[in-house]
Amino acid sequence: MLVTERIRHQVAQALKGQLADYIEIRIEEMKASHIQYRGRELEEIGRNTSLGGNVRALVNGGWGFVSFNELDGLRGKVELAVRQARLVGKEVSSFAPVAPVVDVVEPEAGKDPTAIPLAQKKGILDEYNETIWSTPKIQTSVIAYGELAKKVIFANSEGSYIEQTKGDVSVRIVVVARDNGDVQQAMLSVGSNGDFAFMPGLHHQVKEAAQRAVALLSAPHLKGGEYTVVLDPVLAGVFAHEAFGHLSESDFVYENERLKEIMVLGRRFGGEYLNIVDGAAIPRLRGSYKYDDEGVPSTKTYLIREGVLVGRLHSRETAAVMGEKPTGNARALDYHHPPIVRMTNTFIEPGGVSFKEMVCDVKEGVYMKNWYGGMTSMEMFTFSAGEAHMIRNGRIEELLRPVVLSGNVFITLENIDAIGNDLEMSEGGGCGKGAQYPLPVSNGSPHIRIRKCLVGGR
Amino acid sequence: MERVLELAKKVADEAEVFLASVTETPVGFEANRLKRLETRESISLSLRIIKGGRVGFAATTKLSDPQTLVQMAVDTARFGVQARFTLPSHQAYPKVEVYDPEVGTFPIEDMVELGNSLMAKVRAHTPELLCDAWLTKSVGRVRILNSRGGEASYRKSLFTIGMVGNLIRGTDMLFVGEMDSSCRPITDLTSLTDAVIQQIELARNTASVSSGQLPVVFTPHGVRSAFFTPLALAFNGRVVVQGASPLVGNEGKQLFDKRLSLRDDATIDYRPASRRCDDEGVPSQKTALIEKGVVTNFLYDLQTAALAGARSTGSGDRAHGGMPSPSVSALIIEQGDTPFEDMIRDMKEGLVVEQLIGAEQGNVLGGEFSGNVLLGYKVERGEIVGRVKDTMVSGNIYHALKELNAIGHEARWVGGILRTPNIYCSRLAVASKG
Repeated sequence: MLVTERIRHQVAQALKGQLADYIEIRIEEMKASHIQYRGRELEEIGRNTSLGGNVRALVNGGWGFVSFNELDGLRGKVELAVRQARLVGKEVSSFAPVAPVVDVVEPEAGKDPTAIPLAQKKGILDEYNETIWSTPKIQTSVIAYGELAKKVIFANSEGSYIEQTKGDVSVRIVVVARDNGDVQQAMLSVGSNGDFAFMPGLHHQVKEAAQRAVALLSAPHLKGGEYTVVLDPVLAGVFAHEAFGHLSESDFVYENERLKEIMVLGRRFGGEYLNIVDGAAIPRLRGSYKYDDEGVPSTKTYLIREGVLVGRLHSRETAAVMGEKPTGNARALDYHHPPIVRMTNTFIEPGGVSFKEMVCDVKEGVYMKNWYGGMTSMEMFTFSAGEAHMIRNGRIEELLRPVVLSGNVFITLENIDAIGNDLEMSEGGGCGKGAQYPLPVSNGSPHIRIRKCLVGGR
Repeated sequence: MERVLELAKKVADEAEVFLASVTETPVGFEANRLKRLETRESISLSLRIIKGGRVGFAATTKLSDPQTLVQMAVDTARFGVQARFTLPSHQAYPKVEVYDPEVGTFPIEDMVELGNSLMAKVRAHTPELLCDAWLTKSVGRVRILNSRGGEASYRKSLFTIGMVGNLIRGTDMLFVGEMDSSCRPITDLTSLTDAVIQQIELARNTASVSSGQLPVVFTPHGVRSAFFTPLALAFNGRVVVQGASPLVGNEGKQLFDKRLSLRDDATIDYRPASRRCDDEGVPSQKTALIEKGVVTNFLYDLQTAALAGARSTGSGDRAHGGMPSPSVSALIIEQGDTPFEDMIRDMKEGLVVEQLIGAEQGNVLGGEFSGNVLLGYKVERGEIVGRVKDTMVSGNIYHALKELNAIGHEARWVGGILRTPNIYCSRLAVASKG
């Protein structure tokens, strides 16, 4: 891996004597592998390595950004970024103060998935493929396994110098069943922040996904309309992320006066039992880290406490503009991109209602499980369930075709009327914002119940 | 590259080296003003080998270490897929213009001015609109070299301009926007500003539709957000050879409306998705996918073509320098004969869908779409009466496109990868919080 002594010297030299309000340099070295099966056969296997970096400069409120693969001539790249920023900047820079940090974060033992032999990984994936294909009526399947390990060096003009290592492991399994022209699919998506330990233990989940794809072929469509819905922890976690998390990202808010009025701290969004949290400081999850990509120490931030908006996610710039504290949420997908405000590990805190109690007084509703995807436009959001069942007279009944749930954040959060006691975090998600996708995050929640939810269907 | 090929040939039976480099210069505006200037340079070198009949693959940004790249490819070839294809030898390529030197030399100051005037024109209409805008110019080079004497090399330029505007009243949020891209500089902003202003005009009032089965007109953006992904998947060679596409076994059958024709085309001059050859060095072509409602062909790269017993359609694509896989270049839906106004006049109660969100999250492979109408309008007795909210539209492309009410008489590019007219569906499920 990188010879950090030399890089440290190069970076210090490149930053010396530059005239800007703020400059940072990020250098990343990465190794990754991926294995993909389609149907019974392995379709793709590949390895790749990359080395690259970027410089970001702030002058009078304007930003310059230069990214590159060639590390030579770093000083010239810093000068280019400063020149660009100077061309843009016409105002006064707002950038929240953060104490400089010098830290070398040692990698956790056993967190380099690339160290495990390919043959062992392939052996595990072969077993899963066997599990899928021992299920009748399967038309095809995709198993996409990916892993990466990277070292990130961060330095800024304020004297910070940070080395961090990051790992990521993910597997996405899609099983497709077909009956004449009718094609149905079921999905499983799991991941970790570099720990391979979860990978060998998915047999049951894989089998369950394969059986579900087949069962969907004979499942009826839901009639679209308003329903009381109960969401499982996976889907409720996606709900917390899509419906509320994105709205808490301050880069949407900080220059928008109208949105600031709507998102004013102290505004009530839900009942007293509703608490939503985001934080990279919560250890060992897919969105965990010690410092963000501006060198700010990670935190745990309450977004909603007892139903009231109490916080939001910040970069140093958005924090300064809004007169709030940085939260360590500036993240970049990789060195091609500047950091922007992102979520990390987002979850609804557990309440006191059991799943049984939640379902028992629903006359007609939908129990939605598992994750297909989600999207938001701030006010309106949608997310889809991989599995849905009718609830009738307090009982979970027949399996339905996949459904998409949609809502308006200002109404839907208020309509949450029960929060379970069974918090679970899910680590299969990748979040997209702008061109930066997929960024490792985790979401979580206990079971929750929402009244009057709009569900699409026939 | 030659050095990598030499080294690879010593240890493998066949080898192919792919080098792509690009310099992008994005200009970003936030909250109505210039916010950032960027320069992004990237390069990637990838190596595909066939060793013992199996495919190995590796990629890197480090050009200085060919030995490691070859070793990584060899490591993976032990487990790789069986190669069913042979790499193309020397080929004659069609002439497809995708490089305009004026993109590279286009002054940054002029990009800043274009961005400012784009926002200014729209804000002259609606001063309270809060705009983000972006312009990007990029110049790149692709080179492919293989052990059978195949060689291809071309330069490509790209110019992109777009904006989104946001209007908030109470907790009601309206998002409008438009973008355009070309291999040549875009300096005429009229079509962009007209489109955004029309969206604002049509969304001025809000209206609610009833839940149930309603006629729906999809504008080109609407077509993109509802139909593009299920169509692109259904014609993808990888999905086809697995028998997972609902189209398999239906070649030559009338599956869609008689007026519907769809093709993939990578040969139109100066279009963002165009190129003389694909990322495996196979010449680009036009491929008819649906002709007058009949399914005619699928999109293949070398490997999937071999598995299907067909010929590559020049659709081998490498996202970020990865392994080639079949992909759409630019989908083109043939225009019909009906003006937008006639479609509107035809509806007693209906919807115009400009943008759906979340439509691609359901069972896309099965052709299903179900999304929230981010931007769409209600039609009442032949007139657009206002923007709808809290409304979902759901359907299945194999039903929705089977019998259409009409196809628009003008086609428009959307995002560089789709050219389509308005499409008027007779009945779709609409669910609303009315």
